[in-house]
Amino acid sequence: MPIASGNRHVAWFFRRAIGGAAVLWAVTTFTFIVQALMPGDRALLIINMAAGNITNPSQAEIDAVNAEYGFTDPIAVQYLNYLWRLLHGDFGVSYQLHRPVIEIVGAQILPTIVLAFSALLTAWFIAIFMTVVLAGRANPWSRFVSGLQIVMATMPPYWIGTILLVTFAVYLRIFPVEGKNSLIGLVLPTLALAIPLAGFIGLVIQQEFVRVLEQPFVTSSRARGMGDFGVRLRHVLRHAVLPGVTLSGWAVGSLFSGAVLVETVFARQGIGGILVTATSARDVPLVTGITVISAGIYVIANILVDRAYLIIDPRIKLA
Amino acid sequence: MSSSAVTLPRRVSPRIRETIAISARIPLRVYLAATVIAFFLVSAITPHLLQSHSAFKMDLRATLQPPSLSHFFGTDQAGRDTYSRIVSGAGQSLSIGLGATALSMIVALFLGVAAGLGGRLVDGAVSRFLDVLFAFPMLFLALLFVTVFGPSVTTQIIAVGLGTAPGYARMIRGQVLSARGAGYVEAAVALGHPFPKIVRRHILPNALHPLVVMMTLGVGQAVVWASGLAFLGLGAAPPSSEWGALLDAGRDYITRAWWLEVMPGVAIVAFALSVTVVGHHLQDRLEGRVDA
Amino acid sequence: MSRPDEDVRESAGNPLLRVDSLRVSFGRDASEGAVVHGVSFSLAAGRCVAIVGESGSGKSVTARSLVGLAGANAHVRAGALEYGGRDLTKLSEREWRRVRGKEIGFVLQDALVSLDQLRPVGKEVGEALVLHGEAGTRAELAERVIDLLKLVGIPEPALKARQLPHELSGGQRQRALIAAALALDPQILIADEPTTALDATVQAQILELLEETRQRGKALILISHDLAVVSRMADEVLVMRHGEVVERGPAEQIFRNPQHEYTRRLLDAVPSALSRGTRLAPASAPALYAPSLYPSSRDDDSRVAPTPAKDGPLLRAEGLVKRFRGPDGVVRTAVGGVSFDLHGGETLGVVGESGSGKSTLARLVLALERPDDGSVLLHGLPWTGVSERERQPRRRRISVIYQDPLSSFDPRWTVDRIIDDSLDGAHQSAARRAERVDELLDLVALPIGSRRRRPLELSGGQRQRIAIARAIASRPSVIICDEPVSALDVSIQAQVLDLLGDLKEQLGVSYIFISHDLGVIHHFSDRVLVMSQGLVVESGHVDDVFHRPQEEYTQRLVAAVPRLRHPRLMPERMLAE
Repeated sequence: MPIASGNRHVAWFFRRAIGGAAVLWAVTTFTFIVQALMPGDRALLIINMAAGNITNPSQAEIDAVNAEYGFTDPIAVQYLNYLWRLLHGDFGVSYQLHRPVIEIVGAQILPTIVLAFSALLTAWFIAIFMTVVLAGRANPWSRFVSGLQIVMATMPPYWIGTILLVTFAVYLRIFPVEGKNSLIGLVLPTLALAIPLAGFIGLVIQQEFVRVLEQPFVTSSRARGMGDFGVRLRHVLRHAVLPGVTLSGWAVGSLFSGAVLVETVFARQGIGGILVTATSARDVPLVTGITVISAGIYVIANILVDRAYLIIDPRIKLA
Repeated sequence: MSSSAVTLPRRVSPRIRETIAISARIPLRVYLAATVIAFFLVSAITPHLLQSHSAFKMDLRATLQPPSLSHFFGTDQAGRDTYSRIVSGAGQSLSIGLGATALSMIVALFLGVAAGLGGRLVDGAVSRFLDVLFAFPMLFLALLFVTVFGPSVTTQIIAVGLGTAPGYARMIRGQVLSARGAGYVEAAVALGHPFPKIVRRHILPNALHPLVVMMTLGVGQAVVWASGLAFLGLGAAPPSSEWGALLDAGRDYITRAWWLEVMPGVAIVAFALSVTVVGHHLQDRLEGRVDA
Repeated sequence: MSRPDEDVRESAGNPLLRVDSLRVSFGRDASEGAVVHGVSFSLAAGRCVAIVGESGSGKSVTARSLVGLAGANAHVRAGALEYGGRDLTKLSEREWRRVRGKEIGFVLQDALVSLDQLRPVGKEVGEALVLHGEAGTRAELAERVIDLLKLVGIPEPALKARQLPHELSGGQRQRALIAAALALDPQILIADEPTTALDATVQAQILELLEETRQRGKALILISHDLAVVSRMADEVLVMRHGEVVERGPAEQIFRNPQHEYTRRLLDAVPSALSRGTRLAPASAPALYAPSLYPSSRDDDSRVAPTPAKDGPLLRAEGLVKRFRGPDGVVRTAVGGVSFDLHGGETLGVVGESGSGKSTLARLVLALERPDDGSVLLHGLPWTGVSERERQPRRRRISVIYQDPLSSFDPRWTVDRIIDDSLDGAHQSAARRAERVDELLDLVALPIGSRRRRPLELSGGQRQRIAIARAIASRPSVIICDEPVSALDVSIQAQVLDLLGDLKEQLGVSYIFISHDLGVIHHFSDRVLVMSQGLVVESGHVDDVFHRPQEEYTQRLVAAVPRLRHPRLMPERMLAE
């Protein structure tokens, strides 16, 4: 296998990192604009939130809050301050909880990442299994699987999660109802997230798999004595997974969305629960902070996915 | 020999024959799906026709009843019939889905066609913009919206609409670009047709004719996502019968009365699946794979 | 290149492969219609049997059924199908796997898609060794792979073995594919269209390689549609059509004295120097002459530019240059300074191998690309270098026909709409336009019933006729034909060439005819430009250039093309030898 010189790898990563940084900058700017559009007086909102009900604060109180959060500065200054603080890892202070956002998120993000990652792996495993064993065959199982994949892809994670929860946890009592940080508590939430994604990936790679099976190089391999399973595993699979790999980049975002829902269903630890309460409490810094951090994870994940693609398909030059 | 020499004796029978032939080739699952969609459409327009009880009528003698013949999907903590609530909520759920899809399509068309036709600069700008939007997990973007503008039906529509738009925009952009580079476009240039005419007669029709199918599939997904938002408590206020709101309400009773959480979900999934089946079938017809 | 003439009598020893009444059908049971039936031949070591036919003749299915790869739902029956005495119809899949690669090797066409593009070439070449358990250690395997690559004449074998297929040239890829099939030294090598998709000079090298293989004692089964290739290689020839063998015999006999009417037609249809001025296909219904298409006064064309200059060339290209920047940033010169004249009523042929720039030249002449330097004059007026607006009304003067007409049609349109779209004069009545569409369909011999159909539903030859109808609808002076017959079967190719010739006579158009096939060019063109790497290497009257080539490249090109041994062409052979 030809190995590119180390310099080209580094240059590629560097270029992608710059691109990623640009995207993140745009993301932060976007979120800033959105939060600046918030209707109503933000100082008032904060005071009311702390008090727990609608109050009538004095001007001095309002001024104090404005000064603390910088709401009365000109918008350009607010923006620059915002960017400056972000570069230092300061995502602001939560309106509700009065703790730095980065602290809150940092504590809770790991369970979500674990959940998303295991769902991705499980989804791929299921999709590859379905495809290699059943794709392109004439038997009724294969036709059933195609339909099944469509059904899987359409069902939302919160629905599957609910069904799994009700069936396995409540009635069959195989898994715990409230999945804490144990491994076994990870099973049902992972399945809930993995199944729809497996459906998507399965549909995409199955289509490609069937197409590649007809290609002449597959016949060439058979003509040298390769058996059917061997041809599928050693030749076709590598070609067929390529569109699925491209899909995986987008899938990271989708998994995060799904994770929020699934964590709610299973009352699991993670940023999902925090995000939901923050949203209903109109806690802007916390929501924007979580969003920006997730976008960062998405950008990094995409760079890794693209790198993986280049390993699988060496036809594309690194340059 | 002039072409008008060929006449059809009676235009009625061949048409009917053709319709029957086409109908016979439609698979069973498409008929089932169409029935389900029809059911929900009727529920949306005239819920009273299909309800078994009044949706808001409380019956405190029959709280938390499991599904039975009198209450198909059971009752909730106030004795309201779940089935009837689902039927009455169809209208709101479907309109949210349709609204979000319409918004999504408008934004996506604008961005996608501009990127496809506009030349390298415009395409570059739009693509960068879409890259940024993609970096937001869809739900998070929606939640950001809800945070800023507060939970309501309108926010639901806008959040889901804008959240799904980038995906469609990218698809449309791809379609327009490939139509633009197609051989028949070049042939039209060689024939001497001016570019606006080519766009109108070749590029747009070929690029956008999968749009109908996209929208059909999209409505299903929009309903799913909008319900997801409501499930998190961020949609319309209670006592709405909108399906997502029902999901949210049922969350507390999962262990005691599973039907409150599962049945609205069944409705959502049934609608989304039916729409997907019909959409895929339309897609197959359009692409000529009639026996799919 | 002489070999002893033998007849078909089985050689004294046992034949390696004996096929008798082979029948292949697809479907749920064996009684359904056969795709191939009645195929019989025998093959001895060191001999070459060729199966010749057009698309749909069943030759590929026959070849694949000899290695059990006809398809999952294929039913293969035969009076006898024996290899070395073993009955091949009784083999299980597992037993087949032991035969494939070891006893019988198979080579497909177009190595770019016949080799796994994601794996290094060396891995593909060594695959048979690994599968049959003869790989040994990694070092031993690597060495055997390098030896195999050397055997087929690939330079720098150690380096090439590590590269991916797309990094090798077309010829090297095909050699590697042959090496992969020869890895375990099988007794029989089946080659299915091994030289299609290759340039003429490369094709000659691959044929050399196959010939060497045969002389080392292998038996060769050659599948091809190219009669000239077959005539060079084969000892025995089977001519197939619609799944049947219509004629079978020693090569000399088939080509010198064909018995069956189909074989004769096939041989007559091959264009070459000696078929110039004659029809290649049997005359079908004569095309109707439609004077209304070319009235003396252009009353409907108020938008057309002034009448062309009476003297001077119809089209003149001067110093055309076009460069492209590749995806790797390197700038390539596709056309590096080409000049030529096209006169009224003549056909100018442009011949060259892939990468010679002939297609780019066509696009420059059509003003679909802007030249980086140089200009084109049409009817004496500037054609390139003016705005598209100015050109639009004059575009009707020059038309184009492509190799793949399907991609030039809007997939949603029916035939009549496609042709109607190319008519000029939008202010005419619908009835009048429909009449002209019918006239054009008649002119290109398309049945009126195809009006309402979509091009996708029609055959390759019919699609090309639609393209021709569209091209002549605007009454052009010049038609650019870019490989118009390269994708067609020989007999269909003959019909289309005849049609183009008829139209030239009746309508007085001039052609710029681009092709890689010297026979077609020699048959059809008056003058010819020989292109290589963006430049015109040689030009002149087609007989002069091909019979007495002056430049070295032209000489090499002419020498590389296999000649058909056929009564018509006998003088040719004597000339060449």
